[in-house]
Amino acid sequence: MSAKTLYDKVWDAHQVHQQDDGTVLLYIDRHLVHEVTSPQAFEGLQISGRKPWRIDSMLAVADHNVPTTSREAGIEDPVSKLQVDTLDANCDAHGIVEFKMNDHRQGIVHVIGPEQGATLPGMTVVCGDSHTSTHGAFGALAFGIGTSEVEHVMATQCLLQKKSRNMLVSVDGEVGPGVTAKDIVLAIIGEIGTAGGNGSAIEFGGDAIRALSMEGRMTVCNMAIEAGARAGMIAVDQTTIDYVKARPFSPSNEQWDAAEAAWRDLVSDEGAKFDKIVRINAADIMPQVSWGTSPEMVAGISGVVPDPSSETNETKAEGMRRALQYMDLSAGTAISDIKIDKVFIGSCTNSRIEDLRAAAAVIKDRKVAGNVKLALVVPGSGLVKKQAEEEGLDSIFSNAGFEWREPGCSMCLAMNADKLESGERCASTSNRNFEGRQGQGGRTHLVSPAMAAAAAIAGHFVDVRSF
Amino acid sequence: MQSFTILEGVVAPLLRSNVDTDAIIPKQFLKSIKRTGFGVNLFDAWRYLDAGFPGQDSSTRQPNPDFVLNQPRYQQASILLAGENFGCGSSREHAVWALDGFGFRCVIAPSFADIFNNNSFKSGLLPLVLDKSIIEKLAADCEANEGYQLKVDLEQQQVIAPDGETYSFEVDQFRKHCLLNGLDDIGLTLQNADAIKQYEIKRKEAAPWLFNGVT
Ligand code: SF4
Repeated sequence: MSAKTLYDKVWDAHQVHQQDDGTVLLYIDRHLVHEVTSPQAFEGLQISGRKPWRIDSMLAVADHNVPTTSREAGIEDPVSKLQVDTLDANCDAHGIVEFKMNDHRQGIVHVIGPEQGATLPGMTVVCGDSHTSTHGAFGALAFGIGTSEVEHVMATQCLLQKKSRNMLVSVDGEVGPGVTAKDIVLAIIGEIGTAGGNGSAIEFGGDAIRALSMEGRMTVCNMAIEAGARAGMIAVDQTTIDYVKARPFSPSNEQWDAAEAAWRDLVSDEGAKFDKIVRINAADIMPQVSWGTSPEMVAGISGVVPDPSSETNETKAEGMRRALQYMDLSAGTAISDIKIDKVFIGSCTNSRIEDLRAAAAVIKDRKVAGNVKLALVVPGSGLVKKQAEEEGLDSIFSNAGFEWREPGCSMCLAMNADKLESGERCASTSNRNFEGRQGQGGRTHLVSPAMAAAAAIAGHFVDVRSF
Repeated sequence: MQSFTILEGVVAPLLRSNVDTDAIIPKQFLKSIKRTGFGVNLFDAWRYLDAGFPGQDSSTRQPNPDFVLNQPRYQQASILLAGENFGCGSSREHAVWALDGFGFRCVIAPSFADIFNNNSFKSGLLPLVLDKSIIEKLAADCEANEGYQLKVDLEQQQVIAPDGETYSFEVDQFRKHCLLNGLDDIGLTLQNADAIKQYEIKRKEAAPWLFNGVT
């Protein structure tokens, strides 16, 4: 048998049927559901008189619209409320397990899946959300789908798919101190571009990836979609197995032993063929800050805002000019001279316990700078919040002047009340710096949790390594 | 799904690259639980000078006169000429519904983001790939000629310009078949229901933990 990549293995194990033209009917093991992309799918099912194929494959949660302030009074915005109520009603009607807004396990869909053991190695995982790529950190094949496909998976437990190409991004060697998973992935996107992974499933490998915790690996795979990839994946190793063990939905007893044995094979075989290989030297990566309106527009903290006139590709130069204008930045400005108005620590990229620990370590016994109007910490789930409180992180944040909030997507996309006002500049641990992403006219700079924390204290970007 | 065979329509150019789904339909409009009504908010932040929110009376808004789609000549456009990596970003199918709601049935770009590409086919919008240089030429002709139209023939896989030039394009044959016939692919998949059930039986033997379910 020929050598296979990790992606080949998971893909092959889920083929139900192949058409003559190569289109495959792919079986889906886990279907995560949230309130924004599911109502029209449930409605479609109802109109056509169909029922969900396998209810026990589904796990639902409301995360995008939920308030991060006290939830006792419910959701104030009637339009948001209707969307969350609709999810509740649909899940109740079909008997789908849902963590409702006041459940202590509620949180961002991509945080709770792994946390509950609902995401397991070797699974196919889908959700009507592009950052489903996060779950690939477990050696799962995980990708975002649109609402029509959500309905398709509900009705058939399958998707019609064409196989993607295999791409390997290998981060070789060791990163320096103060350089995190977020910096690694931003540097990768800066290198290969937002379309660099188009049509491919990217496997992240190399020593620097192997050295990451599961939290760090999830951060990397989370942003695979920002590199245009269909999915991001990381091979299974002891770190994966240790994380999965004893989670609420993980297998136990004899099933565990069989599962563990099967999972150990979820690595690319020696000699497996990749269509494209990119190698990055970990030691060259420094803490990253995005300066533009696309996640590929990044610079190292000691760098400057680049000059569009030195870009030879005219389309790119035009994009850079537009970005600089939107961001109100001029070429040549030192990244560390950029002052900020708000700080957001959260999102499915960086709201796990390790992220909060890293941020808290930087701000301990310090205060948020006077020019920073709002510094928010939004834990990824109720369980992350609880854990952080047990470790006393909440008081470190509060004493420094951060607001400690309830879990949800929050200012990552500003569908709830947390947003930037026009012209405000934010250091954010989220994944997208698109125009208006965090509020119309708002300006987002993507950074790691430690870099966001340091910026909050300094009032501008600063190298966390010498902070 | 509505079928797509031959489309003849007015063309509008929007050649910037990396147009993301947040730009196509900003998040505040995703709160709707319907599939329709997104057209008035297509490209909302570019198209209007005032801030948009759901449920607004769009007749009271201030259109941005500099935005291309606000020019009267493009009001009836059904074909959009676009830049590279069109539709990158989130998985929101609302982006396709908004384009469709405005009246677009076809977007022509040098490349599309994966999920957007999938979503388009599912909603009867044709994402058509042509070379960047061809698109630039078509856009220049379009800007120079008010009322400029193209003909898109999906069966023949050709774009026909008013000057008689034809441009061939590639399309996945299965998707083409579904689009030409307006086929609902859930119905097609369910023809394989037995194969799905058999797969489940075999898989459950080999990897029972995948079927424990969430409870
Ligand atoms: S945290 Fe942000 S990126 Fe993640 S699921 Fe929520 S809105 Fe999407």
